This record gives sequence, structure tokens and C-alpha cells, in this order.
Amino acid sequence: MNKDIITSLRPALVMTMLFAILLGLAYPMALTGIGQMLFPAQANGSLIEQDGKVVGSMLIGQGFASDRYFSSRPSAAGDGYNGLASSGSNLGPTSAALVDRVKADSETLAKANPGKPIPVDLVTASGSGLDPDISPEAAYYQVERIARVRGIETAKVRALVEAGIQQPLFGIVGEPRVNVLEINRRLDQIGATKR
Amino acid sequence: MTLQGWILILAFVGILLALAKPMGLWLFALYEGRRTPLHTVFGPIESSFYKLAGINPNEEQGWRRYAVHMLIFNAALLLFTYAVLRLQGVLPLNGLGYAGIGADGAFNTAVSFTTNTNWQWYSGEAAMSNLSQMLALTIQNFLSAATGIALAFALFRGFARREAKGIGNFWADVTRVTLYLLLPISIVYAIYLIASGVPQTFAASVDVTTLEGVKQTLALGPVASQEAIKMLGTNGGGFFNANSAHPFENPTALTNLVQMLSIFSIGVGLTYTFGKAVGNVRQGWAILAAMMIIFLVGVTIVYWQEAAGNPILHNLGIAGGNMEGKEVRFGIAASALFSVVTTAASCGAVNAMHDSFTALGGMIPLLNIQLGEVVIGGVGAGIYGFLLFAILAVFVAGLMVGRTPEYVGKKIESREVKLAVLAIAVLPLIILGGTAIASVLEVGLAGPLNKGPHGFSEILYGFTSAVGNNGSAFAGLTSGTPFYNGMLGVAMWIGRFCVIVPMLAIAGGLAAKKYTPETAGSFPTTGPLWTGLLVGIVLIVGGLTFLPSLALGPIADHVAMINGQTF
Repeated sequence: MNKDIITSLRPALVMTMLFAILLGLAYPMALTGIGQMLFPAQANGSLIEQDGKVVGSMLIGQGFASDRYFSSRPSAAGDGYNGLASSGSNLGPTSAALVDRVKADSETLAKANPGKPIPVDLVTASGSGLDPDISPEAAYYQVERIARVRGIETAKVRALVEAGIQQPLFGIVGEPRVNVLEINRRLDQIGATKR
Repeated sequence: MTLQGWILILAFVGILLALAKPMGLWLFALYEGRRTPLHTVFGPIESSFYKLAGINPNEEQGWRRYAVHMLIFNAALLLFTYAVLRLQGVLPLNGLGYAGIGADGAFNTAVSFTTNTNWQWYSGEAAMSNLSQMLALTIQNFLSAATGIALAFALFRGFARREAKGIGNFWADVTRVTLYLLLPISIVYAIYLIASGVPQTFAASVDVTTLEGVKQTLALGPVASQEAIKMLGTNGGGFFNANSAHPFENPTALTNLVQMLSIFSIGVGLTYTFGKAVGNVRQGWAILAAMMIIFLVGVTIVYWQEAAGNPILHNLGIAGGNMEGKEVRFGIAASALFSVVTTAASCGAVNAMHDSFTALGGMIPLLNIQLGEVVIGGVGAGIYGFLLFAILAVFVAGLMVGRTPEYVGKKIESREVKLAVLAIAVLPLIILGGTAIASVLEVGLAGPLNKGPHGFSEILYGFTSAVGNNGSAFAGLTSGTPFYNGMLGVAMWIGRFCVIVPMLAIAGGLAAKKYTPETAGSFPTTGPLWTGLLVGIVLIVGGLTFLPSLALGPIADHVAMINGQTF
């Protein structure tokens, strides 16, 4: 046993250092080099620029408080869509806090978008708190409100949603969805041409 | 449940089965120490590592030496990670200026990543510098996985060798698995992830101004390089708090499918490697069949429950499945599938929050870990865990029919059975003991976010995940306290090495035995009867032990849920 321990010391210490250099430094550095060279946009966070300003990332959701915009899902990331505090709500199925939150959100939604069943993703917090998408149902649900508030034709907003739906890959991988930041940017563009 | 969802699940299983043989053959080449095409690239690194460390890769080690060298190496890695985490504040690549991690937290995380658990009491983007992510954590993701595969090789040799003293060389196994399997796949995999949108930069964050004029700071970092090995090595420790639910870790539905496949890829391969090593690939397929049966039952239950949704929300007029804690791009089917994959293996990455699953939907991930994560399982750990159950199964079969138990040409005698039971009994002892302690102490009860039976489930899941070296969580549990960091740290260490050491002792004993050829009197260990027996043993041993604790947690929660009771 003692001999086993003594013979293990040098390989254990040296291999720890060698692997630390190879796997902890060389590997991530090499990939950073490759990533920055081949896919700089993705490697730096898929950022979207508009008029010279960075307005967000294609992949990361944003909170939209104004009823002029399509709303995102409820978020448990910090105070909502905090990019330094990704998190789900972690509320369980029998949580009173969950029920209270859903109740309050549904009432607000029903007031702004009367007379329609509320899509489930609009009252449930995502896993990351940074979900960039909503379901097509959740987008259609908001069409009339946005048309009304912005003073544009409903059909125009509806067409925007239709064009914004991303379908599952090969029809099976993924779910149909609408990127909220993307559709809101398009919304601002039609608004601009009208006014 | 939708047709599309089921097609996805079946496509996943199909691709997985197709991966078993090629992956198994590649692993078999490494098991035998054969030269691979990759030796031209990484061969010089291998030989220079041996030279600098004074290792003779051809030296055969007996099980004691193999075990001691493995333990001392893991202890050295533990200390290294601990030191980097403590010193984080003064080390470079710390763009967000995070302080060094406290003693209890650094201990917990160092144990967690060394044992392939990757339980995380912290949120990555709010506690870890980029250097810590790379140097303290990524390295462990490789080496804990390589250690697991090396140990599986050692056990395979125990079954395959005849009257032999050694079970291989630990250093050669770990180095070869790292250089010729984990590293090359991770490089290709990480490049794919970057192309799909996973960041890979040394910048710690970027500021954006949202459409509504609010400042949003997005955490960045060398994510892709860590993400690849996190999945491939069934580690599961997220770069970010939200793990694979975070769009920067898992940006698309396709990366999600690839991540699920990569969790299982080495595990399914090892079943084939085992069959090949013992000279009968049908032995491997029999094991894989038993695993897939348990797996598909689990997937069906979770998918069914999550698609059915939460009746309490239905009463509020919100129709549809349960989307709390799930991402729109994955939906219910891919989230349910991911949760079963990650807990059947000892991965513990999550693409949806298990804490917010329906009561029974969340019970299956928990039960998967309690069964010992032997359904495919962690890299290496899954197959050696399953072989412990196989030893138990031939023993039970032997008792029933009155024959001396044999398995793949080796007599299974009292020493093997005792050691297997020892290894299997560690799990319930520490899980239930730890949960019981935490459920009566104030410091333990301070942890759960949810009240009622679901709060108990959070504690139970925490200890189950730690001992099972899974690392997923009912994440409402606030575990970054000295009590939980200490308790769970010790639980993870015991859960890993108190299984490994008896398992290596079995390997050593088996290697020394003579070959016993199969006769008409042997109990056949291929075919449906055997597969059924394996499934039965896994379910009875795991299921019965934990049923009372499940009744107090998820089952009580389910009854409350269907009766509309909240806490």
C-alpha cells in the first residue's frame, strides 16, 4: 500500500500540471482563436446592431414593458431579463406563489387583450429567464392590441407574425416560434414608414 | 403529447442505437491500447506526458495500485481546483472582478467537479471568472470523465482476463481516453457549437441597450469549449446558472438534440465495448436492451405528465401543457426527453427546470438517479454500476434455480456479491440519511424555496443528486450555505469513491479467476429472460428502497396538485 502511494505521487502531480496546461489553457485558447477567426459574430454573442448601436443579441430575450411591443414571457432572471442572472422561477406545481403570479399576469393580459384564451407560454417563466421566443399563438394573441395601440391595420401586424414564425427543422426538431426582439424591430420599421 | 414529439423521441433512440457500434469499436481500440489514426496528431503529446511524469504505460497494475493511483490523482486534481477557486480574485481573466470563492464553497465545487457530479451551489455568471471556468472546471470535466471510462476498462479487464494479476495501467487509460477520444471530439463539437451561436471569447460581458432603452449586460466567456466536454463527459456543470436552458449554452433545437445525443454517446458505446471485451457482443446488446426499456418507460411518463400540464393552472383558465421552467424553442417533448436523458446518465445538465415540472414529471428524474444512474449512465460509471447489478442478478438467478452463478465466463462467488452489495448500498444509506438530517435541522430546512411536500422533494433531490454524482437539482434549494456545501460535498465524495473502490476490488478478484466455459447448466446471460431479470433487479432494488421517500415528496405533491391544494 505504502509503495503504491509513493509511486503515485510524481505521476499525480506532474500529470495534474500537464493536463491543466493542455485542457485548462491550450484547449480553450485554441478554440477561442478558431471561433474568433471563423465565426466572429456568433463567438461574440450574436449581437444585433441598429443605427450603430448594439440593441441586443439574437439569442437573448428582452423585457418589453410597453404595450406598443409584443411582450416576452415572464422572466425570473433577476428583475426580469437580467443577462447576468439567468434563472427559472423554480416554483413547483403546488406553489401558491406560482398560482398568484399566473393569476395576476392573466388578469393584466386579459385586460389588454380581451376575449381570448391566454396561451400558456405568456404566463409561465422560462427556464433561463432569457427566452428570446414566444409561441406563434402567443404572438397572434397580441396582434389586435398592437394594431390598436399603434394605429395600424390588424392584417399588417398579423402578416408580420406570419413572416416571423420559425418552423421546426425537418418538421420535428424544435417548436414553431417567434423571436420577440426580431419581430419588435420589424414592427418599429413599419411604424416608421407609416408616420 | 404530439406525433411530432414522439417522432423526435424515436429518432433520438434510433440515432443513439446507430452510434453504439462505431463508438464502441473506437473505445475498444483504446481499451486494448491499439494505435488509432489520431496517434499521428496526439501521439507525441502522449509519450512526452509519460516521459515527464515518469510513467511506464505498459506496466500492469494490480487492483490496489490502480485504485491508489486513481485516488491520489483525483486528490491532486481536487486540491488544484480548490486552489484556483480560492485565488480567483488575484488571478487574471476576471473581467467582472469576482472575489475568491469562500472555503466551504470552493470545497464543495472542487469535490463536485472532481467526482463528475457538477452540483453547483453558485451561478456561474455571478461567481466564476473566465479563468476559473477554464482552468478549475473545464479540466475536471475532461479528467473526471476519463477517470470514469478508465475504471470501466479496468472492470472489463477483470471479466475478460484469465488468471491475471493486473487490470491495466491507470495512467495509460486516462491519458489515451483524454487524448484520443474526449479532446478530439470536444474540439469538433465546440466548433459546431460556436457556429450555432454559443459564445467563445475571453470578454466577460457585453452591454447592450434594449429597444426600450434599458441597459442589459450579457455575460459572455469561453462557453463553447466548456459546453462540449460538459455534455460529452456527462459532467453537466453549466457555464451559466440556467445551464443548457440558457440560449448561450444551447441556442437552437438542433444543438439541443446534439447535446442529448452526446450525453449518451459514450455510455451506449461502452455497452458494445463490454460485449467485445468479453468476446460476445450479444452480452453488450442484452445490457443495452435492459437500459433502453427503463429509459423509454421514464420518457413516456415525463412526457405524458408534462403535456397534460398542471390542473391548478387549468382551473385559472390557462389551457395546455406545463411550460413553467421550459424554453419555447425546445417545447415540452424535447424538455421531457432531456430531463430523462440527463438523469439516466449522471450528466445533470438541464434544459428546463426540473423543480417546476409537474409532481410525477419531476419524480422520474429523481427516481432515475436513485436507481443508480445505470440506464446508459455516466461515462464509465453507468456501465460499471450496471455490471454491479448484473452480478446481483446472476446471484439471484442462481438462488432461484440452484446453480452456481456465472457471468461471462467467470464464477460469481460470495466475495463478488458482498462487494457489489456494499457498493449498491452506499447510495440509499447516504441519500436517505442526509435527507433525514437536513429535514429536521433548522439549517437544512432553511434551504427549500417551495413549501409543503415539494420542499421536501427539493432536499431529497439535492442529496440524491449529490450521492448519485448527477448534479442536476430542484434548483429552488438554496444550497450555498456552509451546511449544505459541507454535507453535499462529503456526500458526493462518498457516492463516487465508495462505489469505485469495491468495484475495483471485484475487478481484481475476477481477473485472477479461471475461465469457466458456458455449459448447458449455465444461466444464459443474453436474451429476453436475462434482460427482464436485469430490469427487475434494478427496479426492485432501487424502487423499493426509495419508495417511502417518494411517497412523502413527489407522490404527496401529485395528490395535492390534482386536488388543487397549494402551499
